[in-house]
Amino acid sequence: MPMTGAVPAGPPPTTPFQHVLGPDGDGEGPAIQVPAPRRRKARYSPADVRAGFAFVSPWLIGFVLLTAFPMLASLYLAFTDYNLFRDPQWVGMENFVKLFQDPRFLQSAQVTAIYVFIGTPIKLAASLGAALLLNMKHRGQGSYRSIFYVPSLIGASVSIAIVWKAMFIDDGIVDKIQTGLGFPAGGWVGDPGMTMPMMILLAVWTFGAPTVIFLAGLKQIPAELYEAADCDGAGRLRKFWNITVPMLSPVVFFNLLMETINAFQVFSSAFIISGGTGGPAGSTLFYTLYLYIRGFQDFRMGYASAMAWVLVVVVGLLTAVLFRTSRSWVHYTGDEK
Amino acid sequence: MSTVAEAVASTRPDVGGAGRRRAQAQTRRSVKSVIFHLAAVAASIVVLYPAAWMVMSSLKPSNDIVGNTSLLPETWTLENYVKAFGGIGGVEFSTFFGNSVLLAVLSVVGTVVSTTVVSYAFARIPFPGRNAMFAIMIGTLLLPFHVVIIPQYILFNQLGMVNTYLPLLVGKFLATEAFFIFLMVQFIRGIPRELDEAARIDGCGHGRTFVSIMLPLMRPAIITTSIFTFIGSWNDFMGPLLYLKRPDLYPLPIALRQYVDQTTTSDYGAQMAMAVLSLLPVLIFFVIFQRYIIAGVATQGLKG
Repeated sequence: MPMTGAVPAGPPPTTPFQHVLGPDGDGEGPAIQVPAPRRRKARYSPADVRAGFAFVSPWLIGFVLLTAFPMLASLYLAFTDYNLFRDPQWVGMENFVKLFQDPRFLQSAQVTAIYVFIGTPIKLAASLGAALLLNMKHRGQGSYRSIFYVPSLIGASVSIAIVWKAMFIDDGIVDKIQTGLGFPAGGWVGDPGMTMPMMILLAVWTFGAPTVIFLAGLKQIPAELYEAADCDGAGRLRKFWNITVPMLSPVVFFNLLMETINAFQVFSSAFIISGGTGGPAGSTLFYTLYLYIRGFQDFRMGYASAMAWVLVVVVGLLTAVLFRTSRSWVHYTGDEK
Repeated sequence: MSTVAEAVASTRPDVGGAGRRRAQAQTRRSVKSVIFHLAAVAASIVVLYPAAWMVMSSLKPSNDIVGNTSLLPETWTLENYVKAFGGIGGVEFSTFFGNSVLLAVLSVVGTVVSTTVVSYAFARIPFPGRNAMFAIMIGTLLLPFHVVIIPQYILFNQLGMVNTYLPLLVGKFLATEAFFIFLMVQFIRGIPRELDEAARIDGCGHGRTFVSIMLPLMRPAIITTSIFTFIGSWNDFMGPLLYLKRPDLYPLPIALRQYVDQTTTSDYGAQMAMAVLSLLPVLIFFVIFQRYIIAGVATQGLKG
């Protein structure tokens, strides 16, 4: 039964059903015999249990085969030397030691960190601004919202990466406009100092998706709060700071978390713009691009697995930090929703 | 514009202070409205410019694209599209397009079938371990998927599935798209329990209840999921890059990349034409289904 493997593979669950899942994860017979210790009665009808596992089985099988097992496999491979043709050779910590001495790896980490920690705040600021604009009472808001969303649909596509490259290339349209305005030019694509601003611009251009999410959050803030503040004579800035900001903070947190995680994984635009090399001078060597080059061009799959796990740990730590700090700035209202 | 509004306001008969105040307020409102629309239109132009540039460039002669600052072509031509339809290396454009359609349609079928079934279990059937599994499922949303691509590649390679579409589709049929399960569970939780409980009391099993009660009610969530899956599959680059090495199997993004690699900068026209053709289905989808798409995005952040 593949289901049994699912349980220990995941993070330790802290749910009321944890005791049921113990060593016997299939949950068929014994689950019913397990007496409910405290709060919750853990009595299931056998028909429900059978149907439940039958209905959930696609996910369960998929999780075990395509997520849990591969994660464990890559954890193992991270400690080996493996090139797809010979059996993996155990090398201990060697991959990790080499990683932190590998200038290309360090550069890819730096490139990605700049992209994540500078690009994401700019993108979120732009999308929050746009959402506030779209939340005003004016005609045509639906159309503007749709227009702003278009880049999010196509921004990650190969087509747009090609367009971006053509627009920012030497003698391209951006270059021409710059020259016309009297700025030194030469194109952004070939200039190691300018590729990062170009990539961040591409990310910021797709501000529409977080905007739509922010807007939905803004619309959920009860109008009574603003009316009450009006009665008390609160100014606009005051209302924004004391009502909008705290009421919107769960949505800000969600967007911050998802955009940060996504920014770590940018791949296709960097691949297309640099022709798969991460150039010029490694300035677009994003983490995932270097992982791809190591794993699927050099076939250093152990090394690439080590890289993947470093990414998981970094993203996991960052997520944990975000969740931890969120307690002090994310405001949840008492009721569900 | 604001002066017009002021003029209108000032010609009003002055009926005491109240009338004037109202007129002033109206003026302020219309001035604000003008400023708002100017800002919004300016932002829209900036936002749409790259897409407009792409479309217009595809209609210019190839040597007139890169440096030309005028958006509209001086000479209009369809030559680029003729060249794009010719395809790459003996494989016609229609083959790439067909491959993309096939992959997208099968992805939609797989994702819809698997996520509806699984979300019903998570939302409505009490069984041991359900909450833990749900928590793990949500956890996979935060997982960088690069950690699984290498072992997945090794696995599919050993199963002889490289150069087939299976590695790109198996996951869809096995509900690995956690976000859509989450979306559907949220949706089902909003459906009154009485509806399916009535069916259960009448003696329907879970299978029957799911098919005849739940599925029809889940239509909006299914449509949203289908649209996003289609677009996701259509734009997917890394998956096909890893698993498809034969040009006749390429979907559009890989074909496009191949085309860019093979041609020089002088052939920007055909690249742009192919880029436009590749994005066209996505944009048509958006025009038709924008309500569902925007609603689908909007639900993400709430209760996240």
